[in-house]
Amino acid sequence: MSLTFKKGLLHGLPIGVGYLSVSFGFGIQAVRCGISVADASIISLTNLTSAGQAAGIDIIAAQGTLAEMALVQLLINLRYALMALSLSQKLDNSFGFLHRLIASYGITDEIFAVCVGQEEPVTPKYMYGVISVATVGWVLGTFLGALLGEILPASVTAALGLMLYGMFIAIIIPPAKKQRSVLAVVILAALLSVLCKYLLPMLTSGFSIIICAAAASVFGALLFPREEDA
Amino acid sequence: MSIAIYILVMAGVTYLIRMLPFTFFTKKIESRFLRSFLYYVPYAVLSAMTFPAIFYATGNTVSSAVGTAAALILAFLDLPLIAVAVAASGTAFVTGLFL
Repeated sequence: MSLTFKKGLLHGLPIGVGYLSVSFGFGIQAVRCGISVADASIISLTNLTSAGQAAGIDIIAAQGTLAEMALVQLLINLRYALMALSLSQKLDNSFGFLHRLIASYGITDEIFAVCVGQEEPVTPKYMYGVISVATVGWVLGTFLGALLGEILPASVTAALGLMLYGMFIAIIIPPAKKQRSVLAVVILAALLSVLCKYLLPMLTSGFSIIICAAAASVFGALLFPREEDA
Repeated sequence: MSIAIYILVMAGVTYLIRMLPFTFFTKKIESRFLRSFLYYVPYAVLSAMTFPAIFYATGNTVSSAVGTAAALILAFLDLPLIAVAVAASGTAFVTGLFL
C-alpha cells in the first residue's frame, strides 16, 4: 500500500508529542514577553517553527521594526528552503501545484526528516497526515504553556523560562559532541553573541542573532566545507 | 505597532521561504559553500539565541547559571529534549528557593 493519510497520521504522532513539550516552553516564554494566550497560539498555528518564533516574540516584545522581523525570519528559516528543495525531488506525481502550495506550510525539520526517509514517493495525503498531527501538538502545547504561564506563580514561570533554552541546548550539544565543525560554529556563535550583547548594546536581539549566526556559519562553511549530502 | 502586523510579516516570510522552493524551483543547490553554510545556520542560530540570553532567563543570574549547567551536562549525556528542559527548569527553581 502506498503512503496514505492514515500512515501519515501514524508517522506524525511522535512528532506531535515532541512538539507538544517544545511549544509548551514557547507558550510560557510568549506570555513572559507580554503576548496573550490567543496571539501566542495564532503565532504557532501560522508559523510552525521553534527558533523563528522564539526570536520573533523577542522582537515583538522589544517593538522592533518589521524589516528586522523579516530579516530574522529569513535567516533563521532559510534552512527550510533547502529542505523544500530536497523534498520537492521526492514527490509523487499526484503532488500538483495546489498541493505544493498547501503542503509547503508544514515543512519543518522533523516533518522533512520523516518524509525524506520514506522509500516510496511522498503523496499529498501522507504529508497532510503528518502535518496535521504535528500542528495539533504544536498549537496545543503553545496554548497550554501560555495558559499555565498566566496562572502559575511568578517563581515557577521564571524557572520555566529556562525550558526553551534547555531544549535548544539539547539540540546543539549532541551533534557538537560528534562533529568538531559544529562545535566550532556553536562556540563561535555563542562568543560573538556575548560580545555583541556587552560591547554593542544598541544592537537589537534580532540583528545580533543575524550577524552572529551568519558570521559563524560563513566561518564553518569556509573552514569545514561539507561533503555531498542530502 | 499592532501585534497582528508582526505576526503577518513573520508568517508571510516563513511561508514564502518554504513555498517558493517547494513549488517553483526544483534544481539542486550546486554550491558547496552555500550547502555548507545552510547546514551550519540552525546550530549557529540556536547558539546565538541561547547565549548569553539563558543567563537572564529566570531573572536571576545564579539560578539561571545552575539551570544552564544542568542542561549542558544532561545534553552531553544525550538525554532527550524534554528531560533536559525539565531538569534545567527544575534545578533553577530549587536554586531559587535558597536565594
